[in-house]
Amino acid sequence: MQDSMLERIANSPSYKALRGKRLRFGWTLTIAMLLVYYGFITVIAFRKDLLAIPMGEGVMTWGIPVGFGVILFTIIVTAIYVTRANREYDDLTAQVKREVLK
Amino acid sequence: MSRITTLTRLTAATGFAMVPGFAMAVGTLEGTVEKQATNWTAIGMFGFFVVMTLFITKWAAAKTKSAADFYTAGGGITGFQNGLAIAGDYMSAASFLGISAAVMMQGFDGLIYSIGFLVGWPILTFLMAERLRNLGKFTFADVAAFRFAQTPVRVFAAMSTLVVVAFYLIAQMVGAGQLIELLFGLDYFYAVIIVGILMMVYVLFGGMTATTWVQIIKACLLLGGATFMALMVMAHYGFSLESLFAESVQVKTALATADGKTPEEAAKAGIAIMGPGTFVKDPISAISFGMALMFGTAGLPHILMRFFTVPSAKEARKSVMWATVWIGYFYMLTFIIGFGAIVYVLTNPNLITHDAKGALALVGGNNMAAIHLAQAVGGNVFLGFISAVAFATILAVVAGLTLSGASAVSHDLYATVVKNGKADSASELRVSRITTICLGLVAVVLGLAFEKQNIAFMVSLAFAIAASANFPVLFMSLLWKGMTTRGAVIGGAIGLIVSVGLTVISPSVWEVTLGFEKGSAPFPYTSPALFSMTLAFVSIWLFSITDKSRRGDQDRDGYLAQEVRSETGIGAAEASAH
Repeated sequence: MQDSMLERIANSPSYKALRGKRLRFGWTLTIAMLLVYYGFITVIAFRKDLLAIPMGEGVMTWGIPVGFGVILFTIIVTAIYVTRANREYDDLTAQVKREVLK
Repeated sequence: MSRITTLTRLTAATGFAMVPGFAMAVGTLEGTVEKQATNWTAIGMFGFFVVMTLFITKWAAAKTKSAADFYTAGGGITGFQNGLAIAGDYMSAASFLGISAAVMMQGFDGLIYSIGFLVGWPILTFLMAERLRNLGKFTFADVAAFRFAQTPVRVFAAMSTLVVVAFYLIAQMVGAGQLIELLFGLDYFYAVIIVGILMMVYVLFGGMTATTWVQIIKACLLLGGATFMALMVMAHYGFSLESLFAESVQVKTALATADGKTPEEAAKAGIAIMGPGTFVKDPISAISFGMALMFGTAGLPHILMRFFTVPSAKEARKSVMWATVWIGYFYMLTFIIGFGAIVYVLTNPNLITHDAKGALALVGGNNMAAIHLAQAVGGNVFLGFISAVAFATILAVVAGLTLSGASAVSHDLYATVVKNGKADSASELRVSRITTICLGLVAVVLGLAFEKQNIAFMVSLAFAIAASANFPVLFMSLLWKGMTTRGAVIGGAIGLIVSVGLTVISPSVWEVTLGFEKGSAPFPYTSPALFSMTLAFVSIWLFSITDKSRRGDQDRDGYLAQEVRSETGIGAAEASAH
């Protein structure tokens, strides 16, 4: 790619929008994932008795829904990212290409 | 039942060392292994799988003409197919049999493992997948070395790929040999040779196309088999998790009572499966091990390679989406399967025994949990099916590993470093095939050499190296403008050396494999990742900002071009042009 075209792309508003959105959204969800997982690990590391508390009369403990919850959270945040990215990013990318490659 | 009594006696007599500590029980197939009577149903079903995959290989071979076909199936795999293939590449027999066994023995602790193996996927999706697809061609080194001096970064990436592949491969080969001996009644020696030959045939002739389809078929079989088992277990309890758990707690309590515990102790031992137990020795190990699993996933070369098989960033995103769905679903199933094993397998006096130390164990080893459960819920035919699936699983994983090792040698070392990027497709293809044969031979030799060794640490080591060497270099090169060749190579090398070094002086190698006195390991934690990965990031930063060379300026100037291509894919089209 020539430098002039590179500059044109880098300075185009749709490119800036695409990059900004992707970075912000990607990092927001990354931080959410890190908080959930390391939150879970921290509880296990320091207060594992919390997860062994029974939920009701039976043997079911809070640990089970929390553990399955982390798995479901992982799947759901990934789905959220992919759905939004597939809807927005590819359109924006196409727009960048239209703007600079014409 | 004479076979089982003989086996029980054998197990007691030989008294194989059981897995030392739960932390290492998962990830490799370890523990008491006994050769079983030849299982013809299982062999028949496995034979059918082999014939089917060989036909696929023949079809794939006709399509594998260029280096691009060989490494990436010409970039023509869809996101959904690739997602299944990634799942097939990632869900090893060890995680199927190992995690269900861990849940059976320890309950909730098994779930902590599964979660660790899953949480790396979103990170890979959010920050890396699309950029990888837009920048790379065949290997993750294409991305890591994008704007840097090719030779040093490629050499580092190839070395670290080969080290990760070697450890992972040894674990799989030894696991395969033991498992096949166990399930099919075949000699360890022949088992390892069969795995080696089939893996070479798939990769050699069918390249990425055959490997992908072997992984897809295996993923479907494994998911189907595990779903059936979990459904059978749940149906028996009217689809109430509470009833399943309640009975499991009763079984565990009864077993503890039978072992001579007082009623209070027994009740405590029973309910212990419902919460975190001995998994966490200390907080640092917990966090360090969590980091190795999470970031290691995002640095495994055979997984990263799969992103280049899809035609666009959009399909790359869909790949990880599906992979996460299937892998997450699979780990939920293994949890139910593990509890199913408590109520179906641990209550069968013909299947339980005690190891040399007097601890409760399964006939044939604890990793037989899912296998015995298969027989209990589906009879001999289903037992044969699950055994065949376990074998197929190993084949799919070793094929992916071999392909990734071969591409590191032929694409990164031969084509880029030796031939300076001027190798023609035909000669690159020839080198990758020769490398495949070499890797196959090396895998068989190592598999045989490590038969009697305790190799339980190897999969966690592979993850720790991937998290400490590959991940930091790849991540920083994608997102940090200031990184230079010097920072990449020194930082990556430090991550690689420190993660291997600390593992050697950690309890799992120092005490268990090398046999030094218990408690004498200089590095007391389960995993090195917390230290080695942090050190790698700090070194990359330090050796980059202090880099005043002309090459360093060039590296920093090259960031914009890399960034534009990684964000938009402009210029990346030729990577999948056809």
